[in-house]
Amino acid sequence: MAALPDAEALCASLASALAPRIGPSSAMIGIHTGGAWVAERLHAALGMKEPLGFLDIAFYRDDYDRKGLARDPKRSKIPFDVAGKDLLLVDDVLYTGRTVRAAINELFDYGRPASISLVVLVERDGRQLPICAQHAGVRVQVAAGMRLRLKRSGEGRLSLELERAA
Amino acid sequence: MKLLVKGGRVIDPASGRDAVGDVALADGRIVEALAGKPDRVIDAKGLVVAPGLIDLAARLREPGDEYKATLESEMDAAVAGGVTSLACPPDTDPPLDEPGLVDMLRRRAKALARARVYPVGALTVKLQGKQLTEMAQLAEAGCIAFSQANAAVADTQVLWRALQYAATFNFPVWLRAEDLWLAQGGVAHDGEVATRLGLAGIPVFAETVALATLLELVRATGARVHVCRISSAAGVAMLRRARHDGLPLSCDVGAHHVHLSDMDLGYFDAQCRLEPPLRSSRDRDALGAGLADGTIDCIVSDHTPVDDDRKHLPFAEAEPGATGLELLLPLALKWGVQARLGLAQTLARVTSAPARILGVEAGRIAHGAPADLVVFDPEAPWRVSAQALKSQGKNTPFLGLELTGRVRATLVAGEVVFEG
Amino acid sequence: MPRNPQLNDKGELQHLLSVEGLPRELLLQILDTAESFAGVTDRDIKKVPLLRGKSVFNLFFEGSTRTRTTFEIAAKRLSADVINLNVAVSSTSKGESLLDTVANLSAMHADIFIVRHGSSGAPYLIARHVKPHEHVINAGDGRHAHPTQGLLDLFTIRHYKKDFSGLTVAVVGDVLHSRVARSLIHGLTTLGAPEVRVIGPQTLIPAGAAALGVRVCHSMKEGLKDADVIVMLRLQNERMSGALLPSAQEFNKNYGLTAEKLALARPDAIVMHPGPMNRGVEIDSNVADGPHSVILPQVTFGIAVRMAVMSMVAGGG
Repeated sequence: MAALPDAEALCASLASALAPRIGPSSAMIGIHTGGAWVAERLHAALGMKEPLGFLDIAFYRDDYDRKGLARDPKRSKIPFDVAGKDLLLVDDVLYTGRTVRAAINELFDYGRPASISLVVLVERDGRQLPICAQHAGVRVQVAAGMRLRLKRSGEGRLSLELERAA
Repeated sequence: MKLLVKGGRVIDPASGRDAVGDVALADGRIVEALAGKPDRVIDAKGLVVAPGLIDLAARLREPGDEYKATLESEMDAAVAGGVTSLACPPDTDPPLDEPGLVDMLRRRAKALARARVYPVGALTVKLQGKQLTEMAQLAEAGCIAFSQANAAVADTQVLWRALQYAATFNFPVWLRAEDLWLAQGGVAHDGEVATRLGLAGIPVFAETVALATLLELVRATGARVHVCRISSAAGVAMLRRARHDGLPLSCDVGAHHVHLSDMDLGYFDAQCRLEPPLRSSRDRDALGAGLADGTIDCIVSDHTPVDDDRKHLPFAEAEPGATGLELLLPLALKWGVQARLGLAQTLARVTSAPARILGVEAGRIAHGAPADLVVFDPEAPWRVSAQALKSQGKNTPFLGLELTGRVRATLVAGEVVFEG
Repeated sequence: MPRNPQLNDKGELQHLLSVEGLPRELLLQILDTAESFAGVTDRDIKKVPLLRGKSVFNLFFEGSTRTRTTFEIAAKRLSADVINLNVAVSSTSKGESLLDTVANLSAMHADIFIVRHGSSGAPYLIARHVKPHEHVINAGDGRHAHPTQGLLDLFTIRHYKKDFSGLTVAVVGDVLHSRVARSLIHGLTTLGAPEVRVIGPQTLIPAGAAALGVRVCHSMKEGLKDADVIVMLRLQNERMSGALLPSAQEFNKNYGLTAEKLALARPDAIVMHPGPMNRGVEIDSNVADGPHSVILPQVTFGIAVRMAVMSMVAGGG
């Protein structure tokens, strides 16, 4: 990869791609933390009826026994009834698929949605579960041992960064 | 049997002797010089040769609590600790309130031929603080003093009469100063640590109130009282004034109490559950100072073997007491170093001073004195572990820690009863 | 002093035995984590799968329906399996030692022991003897500590007062025998509450109280003045007459929280009580049920706090 894609530009193109798909039963949920930032951009751009929901998957992760509880779990907040909605689940980077698995499990504890479409800013290689995104801003390959992270500046500007995996 | 203990640093606190030399023993006594060749020579080069330690409080758990310890194991522990004479408190099961029990204990101890055992008889029947024991008969059976161990005499009238009666025969009475009601329910020193840990406290005034009562009764009756296990700075101060006023008192302190305070309880360490409780560091320091200036005469082990089952319990439920016969020497030495007192002065607190209180000939190195000796290395370090202790009681706050001072040989009546 | 047995060598919480000795950051982390659990009741399925497959044993040597119930609810909301052991009728009353009881339960694959015991320090003894993957949470030991109660009290105060830095807190009643008071006082001093007062007759204030960092007051007039938070402690029946206090009536007259005495505090003061209340003794009904009282919210917060504590001790790493 020569240069990293511009995250703000990706948000804009995603919003355009999603616009025709928004209907009366649509609702959007962002996964903390990066997915929530992307969802804020998209939700504002699309002018959706239902307010934006947020999920923190800390209590649904599959690595609790190995790593314990995450340090600073935020509160999940879904200010609408999930039942019967066509949900747009938004995350920043789709990598192993485990975050999305946890998010879907958590969503179903809120109620039974009509459908869930996965919207991600970046879909990269490295899937460990049978999960795919219905809408991705860009599809990339990332070098071994590296991670793709979404950052937000003090002024609120989103950008993608590549860093060594822990 | 003729023995020569050769080349050691001979320290006799009673006479002030402190020089390298030999000690000759014949027919169970110390002699100036041997007639003829010795049957055995003990090489004491680099070691200290002192009178065998005299411990005024060591529980042998017989009769009664044989599952906790046996007379044999505890006598082994005594001589391994360099203790050649010990007084055992009357709180056996049943208590030592009958001549038959006293007699049996003395015989058994004598048969084991290790340390000399001096039973302390019960002051009241079953230690219940209501009825006087037959003190004259108990004395005839071998009791050298009378005591209540850790049981209170709540009825001051009974205490008064008991002291009067003992005074009639000039029997010494050894008593702890603790008011039954003020101490009731308490398990730790009533201070900051007990407040934080949520433990019921025994205030210092539980000791001083009882001590004031005791001192007044001593004044009134003239009884020879020995105050056992003083625990507080205020208590030491009262004793200092009383001795200055000329009251015929003596006093001891527990070896653990000279070194530890309630801070050592840590996270509810039941090894620190003791009677009296470990008090504040100020109290601990006052006990050390009292020992140094002679307000307190001697250090005792207060040896109390308790097995794991009775210690591995929540603090308030654990049985109080610590094993001590094998720790008396190193703990006394440690105190002496801290008080900057030199070996002779230090050893006086566990030899000549308790000998005077016990009223026995031992506790000194002099021609004609009983041949009770301890040969030890004052510099040798050792780790206090269950394996290292001969006592069946492995219960001590010092478990796992290193102490300095190791006994190499112990002799009683001219016989080698321990070599290590 | 040996290492704090509550923390592993990475400084992570492996047992919760006492509020005392927990670093400030860890206390705040517990409160923040509890905050995130508070939303679990907003959803259809009022559960998260965090402790699925784990066994929580409620080991109550002292009776308590309410505390045991809230721990059970909290554990079930975490999807754990809960086993309640009413020890009074179990083997311990047949003379089995505390450690033997625990060893037997350990052989049945427990993950978390919630322990309430009448003797101070009992949970420490248990924590010293459990296996590495087993965790102990103290639900009250003698008069020493009741850390989850202290934490939920701190959570409640933070919820209504936002931060501790300017607060005056008054703890009223039988402080001598109160594990609730001790835990709360440790938490308040760690989190920097500048003025913590205890109010009660001399017979009910422990000797070392000042060393806990509190100001001792013997009158409500002095102690409640300008207070932001008032915590009323329960007066046990057996203390109400005898050598500690003459009667419940006299206690109420001097130390009971009435509307009149409440007026001494700040107009926006909150009134707390760990429960169960003795109405008319330490607190009058019109205060307990009045607008300053946050006693019922305390109970709700207690579930989130206990969920947070269980999740933090049981996690791996």
